Amino acid sequence: MVTVTINGQQYQVPEDVTILEACRMNNIDLPTFCYDDDLKLAGSCRMCVVESPGRPLLIAACVTPVFDGLTIETESPAVIRARKTILELLIARHKMECHVCEKNGDCRLQDYCYRYGVAESRFTDGGMLHFPIEDPNPFIERDYDKCIMCTRCVRACEEITVAQAIGVKDRGHHAQISTAFNGKLEDSPCVFCGQCVMVCPVGALTSKVSAAYHGRPSDVDKRVLTTCSYCGTGCTLELNVKDNKVVGVTSNRDENFSPVNKGALCVKGRFGWDFINSSDRLTTPLIKENGEFRPASWEEALNFAAQGLKKIKEEKGADSIAVFTSARITNEENYLAQKLARAALGTNNVDHCARL
Amino acid sequence: MAQEMHIVLKNRDKINPLDINDYLAAGGYQSLVKARGMAQEEVIEEVKNSGLRGRGGAGFNTGLKWSFSYNIKSDEKYVICNADEGEPGTYKDRIIFESDPHIVLEGMAICGHAIGSKKGYIYCRGEYPQVVDLLKKAISQAKEKGVLGDFDIEVRMGAGAYVCGEESALIESILGQRGEPRFKPPFPPVSGLNWKPSIVNNVETFANIPAIIHKGAQWFTGIGAKSYPGTKLLSLTGDVKNRVCIEVPTDTTIRDVIFHFGGGMRNNGQFKAVQIGGTSGGFIPESLLDTPIDFDSMRKIGATLGTGAVFVMDQSRDIVDVVTRISKFFEHESCGKCNPCREGVFRCHEIMKKINKGLATEEDLEKIQLLCLVMEQTCLCGCGQAAPSPILTTLKHFQEEYEQKLLPA
Repeated sequence: MVTVTINGQQYQVPEDVTILEACRMNNIDLPTFCYDDDLKLAGSCRMCVVESPGRPLLIAACVTPVFDGLTIETESPAVIRARKTILELLIARHKMECHVCEKNGDCRLQDYCYRYGVAESRFTDGGMLHFPIEDPNPFIERDYDKCIMCTRCVRACEEITVAQAIGVKDRGHHAQISTAFNGKLEDSPCVFCGQCVMVCPVGALTSKVSAAYHGRPSDVDKRVLTTCSYCGTGCTLELNVKDNKVVGVTSNRDENFSPVNKGALCVKGRFGWDFINSSDRLTTPLIKENGEFRPASWEEALNFAAQGLKKIKEEKGADSIAVFTSARITNEENYLAQKLARAALGTNNVDHCARL
Repeated sequence: MAQEMHIVLKNRDKINPLDINDYLAAGGYQSLVKARGMAQEEVIEEVKNSGLRGRGGAGFNTGLKWSFSYNIKSDEKYVICNADEGEPGTYKDRIIFESDPHIVLEGMAICGHAIGSKKGYIYCRGEYPQVVDLLKKAISQAKEKGVLGDFDIEVRMGAGAYVCGEESALIESILGQRGEPRFKPPFPPVSGLNWKPSIVNNVETFANIPAIIHKGAQWFTGIGAKSYPGTKLLSLTGDVKNRVCIEVPTDTTIRDVIFHFGGGMRNNGQFKAVQIGGTSGGFIPESLLDTPIDFDSMRKIGATLGTGAVFVMDQSRDIVDVVTRISKFFEHESCGKCNPCREGVFRCHEIMKKINKGLATEEDLEKIQLLCLVMEQTCLCGCGQAAPSPILTTLKHFQEEYEQKLLPA
C-alpha cells in the first residue's frame, strides 16, 4: 500500500493501481471518454487530467501509476479550465442534435458539458467537418459527425470480438474511424456484434433496429435482465421495455450479472429482437386441419404430435423417425431430446444442427 | 572569437563516406574495440559521467537512459537510431550521415554492447532515399569487415509523418502500426520495440559516443556549457548569409551563431527574430541574442535548443504570417490521437488565419492564448505540447505585430 493525497485528503491505495483507479476506489469521480475497464488503455481523451503541485503539465490519471507521496488535485482551476476547453473543442466538431439523438440522456459528452457548464464552443472558426453516412448495413448506424475519436469502438472490435473490422484512417483533424479503404461494414470482417455500439460513449454508433424513435435509453421504463434465447451459450442481455413493449436490447457489462458474456453479444442477441412484438409471431400452437391452421392449446397440440409419432412408429417402425435438434436450446434440453428419441421413440436417429 | 569545434564532424570532407577503409584509417571502430574490452557498467558510467544529453530535443542524460535498459533483464533489447529528422529547417543528421556514416554505426554498436543488445534499427526519414542507400552500403561494408561483430543493424524508412520523430511513435511505425505516440510511462528504455527495452537516441547523440569512449568523460565535460557539455550541430536557414551546418561548443551565444558563423544578415537586412529548435521552437527577439545555445539557458528564456535548427528572420518578415504558416504545418502533422492536439492545432490554425487576414479581435487573441496553454498542459506527446510555442512566444515578444492586425475596436 502507498499513501496518496487526493484533494487534500490522504488515502491508502495499492501500489499497482493508476491514479484513476485510486480515485474510483475512493468514490472520487473523474470524467473519461477513452477509458474502458475491459479495453487496453489509450490515454488519449485527456479528460481525466489532474494537477500535481510542482508539475508544469497536467497528468492523465488513467495511464499514470500512483506512487507513495503522490499529491493531486482533481478539480483545481487548471484542471477545470483544461476539461472545459477540451469539451469546447469536442462540441465544436459534434453534430448537436440532442433532441433527436438516440443517445440523449445517456451520453457522456452531454453529461460532462452539463457538469462543467459548457453550453457552447468558442472554437468554431473553421466550422466543422462533415462525414457522410453511407453505410447501408441493417444494424449499426455510424454517424461520425458525432464521433469524438475516443477509439473505444476500434479497441472493442479488436480486443473483445477480435474482428479488427475498423481502425483509424487519415490523421489530425481529418482522422476518422473507418473500415479498410473506407469500405462498407458488410464488406469488412465486421460480424455486426455491436460491441462498438455498446462502448460508444456518445451518439456516433447506435442501433438501427431500436432507432426510428421507438424509445431512447433514457426513456425506457425498465431493463429486464434475461438470457438470450438464440443459442445454448446463455448470454445475459437486457430487454429495454417501454409501454410494455421491447424497444431495444442492451447488455450488462457487470460480470456479476452477466457471467457468461460480460456484456458481449452477437448480432442475433443484440439486433435480432424485433420479432418479439411482430404481428407475424406465433404465440399459440397451431394444428393444420383440411389445409388450414387453427389455434390450439399446448396440451392438445402435444397430444396431437404424440399420437402422430406413435402412429408412424406402429406402422413403419421406430427407425422411420429421426430427431433433429437445435442449437437454440441448451445442452440439457438436447440431452433430453436424444433420451426421448432413444428411450421413448426407440430410435438412434438423432442429430443436431451444430454438427452440420 | 568563437571557433567551430568538430567532434561529430571530425571526418567531414576528410574521408570518403562510402569507403570503410578511410574510416578505419582515421581510427574508426577503435572505440568499439575499446568499449568491448570494458564492462557494460563501465561504458554506461563513462557516458553518464560525460554529461552527454540527447541531441534530438529532449536533452535527457544519455548514459542514464542506457542504464535503464541495462538494468532490465530481457531476452531482447534494441538500439534505435532516430534519423527521422522531421523538424523543418533541420538537416544536421543528413550532414552527419553524408560525411561519416560509420561514426553513427559505431556509436550504436557501443550502445548495443553497453545495454546488452544485438539488434539495432536506423529509422531514416522517407525524404532521404539517398541516405538510406548510403547507410545500407555502410552497414554491408561494416558487416563484411566484421567490425560490428554480432551486432546487426537494419534501416527502416519513414513515410513522411512528422510525429514519427517522437520516439514511441517511431517505434510504432517500425512495428508497422499507425505512427501514433504511446502514453508514458512505460518509457521506451523500459518497454519499447516489441515491448522490450529499447534505447532511442538521435543520430548526433550516437555520433558523440565514439569520441567519449576514446577520450574519456572528463575531456568531454570540459567542452561547452557545464550542464550540457560538448558541441551542438546547428543548421542555419532563413535570412542569414551562410546557410550552413556548423558544429560549435554549447556555450556559444545565439549572436555568435548568427553574426559570426552565419556571417550576419543576408542582403544587409536588419535582424528581427530567430526561431531555434525547429518549427515547435520559440521565437527569440534581438534582446535575448546573448543567450548561450545550451539546453538549460535556452529553456530559461522560454525557448528551446531542440534539434538545433536556426531559422533567422529579418525586418521584412511578417511574424504573424510566419506563425500562421507554422500553425498550418502542425494542423497537417497532428496524428489525431489525443483530443487537445487533434482539435487544438486545427483551431489554432483557423484563428491564426483570421488574425493574419485582419479579421480578428482582442477576444480572438485571448481565445488562442487559452487554447495554447491548455494544449501545452494536456497534450499526449511532445508534438502537441510544443506546437503552441511559436504562437505563445510571438504573442509575448512581438505582441504589437498581432495588435496591428486586429480589427479596430
